[in-house]
Amino acid sequence: MTDNNKSLMQRIRGAGWGAVVLLFAAGVVFWGGFNWALEMTNTEKFCISCHEMQENVFKEYRNTIHYQNRTGVRATCPDCHVPKEWGPKMIRKVKASRELYGKVMGTIDTPEKFNQERLRLAENEWRRMKANNSQECRNCHNYEYFDYSVQGRRSNQMHQAGFAEGKTCIDCHKGIAHSLPPVVQNIGAERSGVAPEMLHPRPPAAQQ
Amino acid sequence: MKKQTRNLVIALVAALGIGAALPDVAEAQSVRSIRGADVADPELAVGNYKLIPDQAPLPRDYVQQPPLVPHKVEGYEVSINFNKCMDCHSWTRYRETGATKVSVTHFKDREGTELSNISPRRYFCLQCHVPQTDARPLVENQFQRAQGLR
Repeated sequence: MTDNNKSLMQRIRGAGWGAVVLLFAAGVVFWGGFNWALEMTNTEKFCISCHEMQENVFKEYRNTIHYQNRTGVRATCPDCHVPKEWGPKMIRKVKASRELYGKVMGTIDTPEKFNQERLRLAENEWRRMKANNSQECRNCHNYEYFDYSVQGRRSNQMHQAGFAEGKTCIDCHKGIAHSLPPVVQNIGAERSGVAPEMLHPRPPAAQQ
Repeated sequence: MKKQTRNLVIALVAALGIGAALPDVAEAQSVRSIRGADVADPELAVGNYKLIPDQAPLPRDYVQQPPLVPHKVEGYEVSINFNKCMDCHSWTRYRETGATKVSVTHFKDREGTELSNISPRRYFCLQCHVPQTDARPLVENQFQRAQGLR
């Protein structure tokens, strides 16, 4: 067969412009389909279709300001837990495939089991948000545009002090959307839990 | 009239009599509850009160008054896992946050024994320390702040 010796361009030219248009259309359909399917998994509805989410973290989140508030502007599950940029989003999605294994094995399928794992799961998210400088918070709360003159007495003071120390949102704002794991606060009998240094990391300068 | 029939008639009349008397009894029992509605009914609308904005500690009105909360506490978690109030007001945290520290009276158990940390019986801060709204006093009164606190 002489066809094997032809270059790709020659083949395409041979197949004619019809084939080129067809390939392009197929590309559009496949890429569109892939993106559509991906975005399907990026909705609150999809997230709470698993009772693990519906019964635990979603119930906690319903009591918070990101679920219901004065103006109805909301942050749903993927707004905080899935990066918006394509690259980090793909990485997060691939890592999240581990959750399918957890789902099949029923690692957190009761509130009791979930609370057993709460510390580990929370630490995963804290580590992730710390690593990307709380990017998902800052997608909406851009602190460069904070107007301190209309912030409350406490937030005004703490935000400026925190940023001066190089802190990021998650350093202080842990547990704003879900219940926290047990935290050591020195009330009553001693117990195990998240250490105070974990909940309130010291500023980078003071650690050295 | 047979004895059996007579008994039956008496029973019937008695039953009717009780039936007629019952509505009165029910009416007497329908006490108006203080909450103004049945327990199962939807909650009464609360007044359209606004929480006062964040401010410096409020003055106290009488001796031993638990200090009022001069800021919003909406959505603050106080659960078995975490006490949001103690995240700023505890002795380990107050310097960094600039909050008022917990009184040493909270380091005693109910027998008056001194403890080395906060007593669990003081865990639910909002039982005594309450945030304030712009609501007017319910009744007119001539309450005066305690002399030593004026």
